[in-house]
Amino acid sequence: MTFKQSPSHSRWSEFLIENLIRVSGFSAIFFVALIFIFLVREGAPAFWEVSPNNLFATRWYPIFDIYGTLPLILGSVAVTVGAVAIALPLGLATAIYIGEIAPRWVREILKPLIEVLAGIPSVVLGFLGMIAVAPLVRRYLGMPTGLTAFTGAVMLAYMALPTIISVAEDAIGAVPKAYRDGAYALGATHWQTIWRVVLPAARSGIIIAVMLGIGRAIGETMAVMMVTGNAARMPLGLDAFFKPVRTMTATIAAEMGEVAQGSTHYHILFAVGIILFVITFIINAVASIVIIRGGPRRGGRLMG
Amino acid sequence: MGLRTSPLLYLIALVLFLVSNACAPVGPISGAAPEAGDAQTIQNKGSDTIVNLALAWAEAYTAQYPEVRIAVTGGGSGTGIAALINGTVDIANASRAMKPEELERARANGVEPVEHVIAADAIAVVVHPSNPVDGLTIDQLSDIFTGQVTNWREVGGEDRPIVLLSRESNSGTHIYFLEEVVRKGEKGNQALFSPDTLLMPSSEGISYEVRQNPNAIGYDGLGYVTEDQKALAVAIRAGEAYALPTIATVKDGSYPIARSLYMYTNGQPMGVIEDYLHWILSDEGQDIVRELGFVPLR
Repeated sequence: MTFKQSPSHSRWSEFLIENLIRVSGFSAIFFVALIFIFLVREGAPAFWEVSPNNLFATRWYPIFDIYGTLPLILGSVAVTVGAVAIALPLGLATAIYIGEIAPRWVREILKPLIEVLAGIPSVVLGFLGMIAVAPLVRRYLGMPTGLTAFTGAVMLAYMALPTIISVAEDAIGAVPKAYRDGAYALGATHWQTIWRVVLPAARSGIIIAVMLGIGRAIGETMAVMMVTGNAARMPLGLDAFFKPVRTMTATIAAEMGEVAQGSTHYHILFAVGIILFVITFIINAVASIVIIRGGPRRGGRLMG
Repeated sequence: MGLRTSPLLYLIALVLFLVSNACAPVGPISGAAPEAGDAQTIQNKGSDTIVNLALAWAEAYTAQYPEVRIAVTGGGSGTGIAALINGTVDIANASRAMKPEELERARANGVEPVEHVIAADAIAVVVHPSNPVDGLTIDQLSDIFTGQVTNWREVGGEDRPIVLLSRESNSGTHIYFLEEVVRKGEKGNQALFSPDTLLMPSSEGISYEVRQNPNAIGYDGLGYVTEDQKALAVAIRAGEAYALPTIATVKDGSYPIARSLYMYTNGQPMGVIEDYLHWILSDEGQDIVRELGFVPLR
C-alpha cells in the first residue's frame, strides 16, 4: 500500500501532532499545579485552626485534638535516612559490579532481575517485612519488638535499590571508554580505575540516583505502615532507630479514612501532606540543580 | 544503557513480575456483586471488629434471599459512621455508640442516625502463650497502657520489657479501651495511651505480633482471639474475682470489659434493610454471632 500525501496534508498532521505533544507536555505541569492548589486549599486552614505550639509539639493524638507533627516528620526522616544509609553502599556496589566487573552473561541476568525487583508491590514487601524481617530484628538485635524504624529502613532500602542501581549504572556506563583507557595506560589497576576515575566522573549521576532513592523512600506508605509499628514517639537518642516510629505517609493512610471532611483533623492530614510535598519538592529541586551543574562538566575534576 | 539483554530474559522477568503481582492481597469485600436489574443492594460498612460477623450474616442472608445483595466493607467504626453521614452507605457498623459531635454533623447533613444493638462483645486482653501472667486488674492494665509500668516483672511476670499494641485511633475498640480501661471509666480522667504504643492497622497485625512476641500485650474483640494467643483474666480491682472473657462471663456481667455492638441506619429502616435487621436479631442471626465468638443478645 502506498499513500499519496499532498504537502498541505502533511503540514496539517504535523501541526496536529506537534500541538498534541505540546498539550500533553504542559498537562503534566498543569496537573501538578492543580494537585498543589488542592493540597493547599485543604491543608492551609490547619495552620490557623491549630496553634503553632500544638502543631509543632511532640505528641500526636488527633482524636483529642493533639496535633504535634514533630514525631511524624522525624519518623519519616529517621526511616528515610536509614534506608539511604543501607541502600547507597549496596546499590553503588551493585552498580559498579554490573557496570565494570561482571562478565556479560551475568550482567544480562542481573539487569532484568533488578527491574523485576522494582515491580514487586509494596504490600508484598511489607508483608515479607512483617513475617520474616521483624521477628529476626527482635530476636537477633535484642529489641523489645521487631516493628522498628530499622525494619522499615531495611524494607525501604530494598525498594529504593532498583532505582539507585539502574540510575547509578547508567551514569557509570556513560563515562567515556577513553577515561578508562587513559587510566590503564598510566598503570592504574582495575580497582584504582573504578575508584579514582570512573566514580568521580559519574559523580553527578550517582548523586541523582541517591536523590531519586530518597524520593522513593520518603513517599512510600504501605510497607512502612506494616513494619514500623506506627507509634508516634519522638525518635531521639541513638537507640531510637531500633524502636517503633510513625511516618507522615502511614499517618495519612491510616487516618484519612476516618475523618469527617472539613474537620480540623482532615485539614491537619492535608497539612502533613503539604509538608511531605515540600520535602520531596526540595529533594527533586536539589537533584535538578545537581543535574544542571554536573551535566556539562561531568568529569571536570577527575583525580580529585 | 549500553547493555543488550536477550528477549528471553525479559520474558522470564515478565513472568516473575506477574507472579509477584498475583500475590497481592485483596480487601475484605464480599457479597459485592454488580447490581442486577431487580436486585436490592444494601451497602454495609464500618467497624473492623464487626466485619467478619457482618460478612457471615450477609452470606447466610443472601443465600436465603438471593434477590438481596449486601456489600460489606470494613475500615473502622469512624469510617462507617463518616460514610453514613456522607450518605454513601445504608447501614454503618460501629463497635461504639456515635459521639455527640458525629450526631450533630449527621443532622447538619440531613441524616438522622437510628441505633440498633445487634450483638455484644468482650474485649480480650491478649499476651503470648508463654507469658506466665494469668490475670491483671483494670488498674494494672491502665498503668501498663499509659506507660507507667514498662516491665512484666512489675506485674508478676518475667523480667521482660512490655510492648504495647493497640488498634489505630479510628477504631471503636481503641476508643472503648481508652475510656473503660486506660481511663478506668472515670469521667474527667485525661489519661492517654503511652506514645510508645504500637498502633496496628488491623486486628490481624495485633494477633500476629502477639503470637510471635513474648513481650507483647494487646487487646481485641473476643472473636479475634485464636488458640495461639493467651487471653488474660481481668478483675475490676485487686481482691475481686478475676474473670476470663467468655460468653457466660459477659452475659452475667462478671467480665468487666464488655460492650454492645451497633448498626446505624439513616432514619427508621424500611423495606429490605428493615427485613435484614429483623433477621439479624432473630435466633438464626444470633446463632451466627455465637459461632463467630461474639456474645449473642439472647
